[in-house]
Amino acid sequence: MAKRPGRYALRLVVVGYLFLLVAWPVYLVGKNAFADGMENINGILEDPDIVHALVLTVQVAIIAVIINTVFGVGISMLLVRYQFPGKRLLSALLDMPLSVSPIVVGLALVLVYGGRTGWFGPALEGIGFQVIFSTPGIVMATVFVALPLVIREVVPVLEEIGDEQEQAARSLGANAVQTFRRITLPAIKWGVIYGVVLSLARSLGEFGAVKVVSGNVLGETRTATLVVEEKYLNFDKGGAYATAFLLALVAVAAIIIVSVIRPKEDR
Amino acid sequence: MTSATLVTDRPALKRRAAQDGRRLLTRVSGLGLGVAMLWFSLLVLIPLTAVVVTASTGGWSQFWQAITNEQTIAAIRLTVGTALLVTIVNVVMGTLIAWVLVRDRFFGKRALEVLIDLPFALPTIVAGLVLLSLYGHNSPLGVDIANTRAAVFLAFLFVTLPFVVRTVQPVLAELDKEVEEAAMSLGASRFTVFRRIILPALTPAIAAGAALSFARGVSEYGSLVLLSGNLPMRTEVTSVRILSSIENDNLDSAAAVATILLAISFAVIVILDVIQRRVVRRG
Repeated sequence: MAKRPGRYALRLVVVGYLFLLVAWPVYLVGKNAFADGMENINGILEDPDIVHALVLTVQVAIIAVIINTVFGVGISMLLVRYQFPGKRLLSALLDMPLSVSPIVVGLALVLVYGGRTGWFGPALEGIGFQVIFSTPGIVMATVFVALPLVIREVVPVLEEIGDEQEQAARSLGANAVQTFRRITLPAIKWGVIYGVVLSLARSLGEFGAVKVVSGNVLGETRTATLVVEEKYLNFDKGGAYATAFLLALVAVAAIIIVSVIRPKEDR
Repeated sequence: MTSATLVTDRPALKRRAAQDGRRLLTRVSGLGLGVAMLWFSLLVLIPLTAVVVTASTGGWSQFWQAITNEQTIAAIRLTVGTALLVTIVNVVMGTLIAWVLVRDRFFGKRALEVLIDLPFALPTIVAGLVLLSLYGHNSPLGVDIANTRAAVFLAFLFVTLPFVVRTVQPVLAELDKEVEEAAMSLGASRFTVFRRIILPALTPAIAAGAALSFARGVSEYGSLVLLSGNLPMRTEVTSVRILSSIENDNLDSAAAVATILLAISFAVIVILDVIQRRVVRRG
């Protein structure tokens, strides 16, 4: 057919574009990380401060994902199943964190929870609760940037399944908790899992907002992404590439998991 | 609860709610909404309000002074200009990629799907490092764009890759091929079919993707840290400008510039909402 050459040309353009923009550069990070064999990876795994940063990153990400999953599933149920004033505004505002600069997120949190001049900061510090330059601040910044991800996955699924089954369960005498656990949750399971995986990847990798609120203290509030920057700027490129490789590995794994479970949902 | 006032108009509300298959808030779900709103306010609404309030405490003249600072204007111009340029590239390339992913079949297509989502999942600082390894000082290609404006362009292009593709792809997949075939059988050329049938159907999705990709570009920070060198007046973007104000403990001026960025993201949210109301589907 006459359209064959055009089709191959398009395919070539797309593959070439993605190869140059994503595939090759990502491959090089892996290659650079293992340029000296396992030396770079072992180097960062033997440094207690780096290990602390990695552990902190994982802890913060897990807390953030739990908060965002509970909040996300709850607010999705409310948005889809209930009627209340201001719903459309809330729905639009929930997307806001996706388009706000991470630096602005950090600034916003500092302005409210900053220990010296924040709106609530001094009062909270008065009762011994430090937010900024401490773990709660890092968690809040991480929760902020990943906030809409679970909601964006769960809302379409909830809309699609409708609520006939839930109503049937209720008319047969199931209470709200039973209905949610037995009917709703199994139906939205894959949407939730997809949202959780995306949130986890996003949470592990947050950089700008965490940089502003964490204070970046070595061995205390420095996270994995901050280690990458610090190592690179201090000419320890091997260490930077090794840490970046670990982070990239998690990201790639997350995307692959999602692409494996996604088609089950779609088809 | 003020049940007395609520009881009177409850039947009417109930009927309306029943018509579109949605329930009114019960006591438990109302409490849930309250808790969720409290958390959302503490985390997002109050802090973002604080940015705007802080920007306005010094009055209009101080705000104006902060955002018309020569260096700030250069940063805003670079950020918005580059984001626009990148959005145009994404509209073309994103639609093209979505087209190939939906209509073409070949070995390795699944791998391309993974590549498209990667910029979304990859930490931004790693994205910067990734681009630096191919286009930086020791580039295997022999190009060194580190610390130039081309680096800003490239970083934006990388982080905004998924948006147009992912909004256009599902719409394209659901397009009815029969309409195209009918047009073709009536003598329309391939270009006419694309312009008159496919493009109008894709326009809302492309617009939504473009808006998201513009907003993401304007707000980008992490991928530029190692890549663009952050040279004032040359490669410094707005986010970096705000960060240096924060680090100099000049929170008022940081808040003023941040307000500009917030206004841009808010405008994008409004545009998206308008588009989504037309297309009905959320996502």
